[in-house]
Amino acid sequence: MISTLISIPLFALLVMVQSAIVSRLPLLRGFPDLILLTMIAWALHERVTTSWQWGILGGIIAGYMSAIPIVVPIAGYLGAIAMARVFQHRIWKTPLLAMFLTTFLATLFYHGLTIGALQFAGTRFSIEQAVNLITLPSILLNLALALPVYGLVKELADWLYPVKIEL
Amino acid sequence: MRTIALSLVVVGLLVLSLGGYLNPLLRVTTNPLVSIQSWISIRYMALYEFLTVPRDVASLRQRNAELEAENSQLQAQVIELNQQLREAQILYALTGFMRNNPQNQYIAASVIGRDTNPFMNHIWIDHGSDQGLRRGMPVVTEKGLVGRISAVSAGASSVQLIADPGSAVNVLLQSSETEAILTGSLTGDVLLDMVPQDVTIQAGELVLTSGLGGTYPANLVIGQIMNVRKQPNDLFQGATIQPVVDFSALQAVLVITNFQPLDITPLIPGQTP
Repeated sequence: MISTLISIPLFALLVMVQSAIVSRLPLLRGFPDLILLTMIAWALHERVTTSWQWGILGGIIAGYMSAIPIVVPIAGYLGAIAMARVFQHRIWKTPLLAMFLTTFLATLFYHGLTIGALQFAGTRFSIEQAVNLITLPSILLNLALALPVYGLVKELADWLYPVKIEL
Repeated sequence: MRTIALSLVVVGLLVLSLGGYLNPLLRVTTNPLVSIQSWISIRYMALYEFLTVPRDVASLRQRNAELEAENSQLQAQVIELNQQLREAQILYALTGFMRNNPQNQYIAASVIGRDTNPFMNHIWIDHGSDQGLRRGMPVVTEKGLVGRISAVSAGASSVQLIADPGSAVNVLLQSSETEAILTGSLTGDVLLDMVPQDVTIQAGELVLTSGLGGTYPANLVIGQIMNVRKQPNDLFQGATIQPVVDFSALQAVLVITNFQPLDITPLIPGQTP
């Protein structure tokens, strides 16, 4: 319960940082997604049980601060968590590899959903241009930030889910 | 008799002293005394410095720390004042624009962020429905058109920039008096479209809002034509526009509050229920 509740101020803070600072420092037209990275790092932790709740809350908060339809961030983040959980079970001995792989695939998935939603809403643009100018730079920046975000979220997860030692 | 003898001795000593005959004797006598006094004086000064200098260093360090703190405070003040000066300059420019265009009513707002999704070219401003802002209100700066409000909450609003790929503005080319449509793009460029092939448009021509469609007031400056794209087989020619507003450096904007945007959706064929 606490770990679910703690996600609300955390995501609110991340969205504010994302909106006020990160989105003003683009590489070409792309920038990193702090919420996505935090969510992936959270879901990759083996003792965490609230990753789906985090996905829904993060999607709602991110959707509130964006002009994109709210269903897109919710679906995108839940998809990212699903990928993280799959990789966490498959390659549990190398969580960093899972973090990088999930970040790469989840960014592609989330941007694919966004492109699809915008095209469906009637906004016309070149998909090739979108990939070159937004998706690829965003993937690069997400991968660059994956390691520090993983470290910070792991500290938080270890604090909320301490290891139980049986005497 | 003794007194006379003593007086003679004294006078004799004085005469010898004034004549300089006692100097060697005095030197031999005073030199050790001077050496002893010097030794005592040096040791005393050493002891005095030992006792007093550490206290001075401590006070100097304290003073240094105070000055450094004061220096940091002054530097922070300089930064803050520079920031206030920039804000004042922006507000002064916005006020000048408001005075020159008294036909509209304005509310000034600060830009507090950008959309969290990189595909959306929207900004957040620090005024919302509590301050009387409504969806669809045009947003400008002293230079020209910025966009329009796309979503409103109690204390903040989202503004869709004219550079957003989903934006479309009816415009008028000032020199050729031709109407066209201005759209945004993912690259952030602003593009002109639907210009008839028989119209001659040139780089540098001013682009204004036409007021058609009722979404923006007429005659708001948007920018200048930069490059013309004209293909003989196309139905229309297009152009790239250099906006007068730098969307990446927006800090404060004006919302035109007395403009009522028209909702023409029911008039568009195929969208009526």
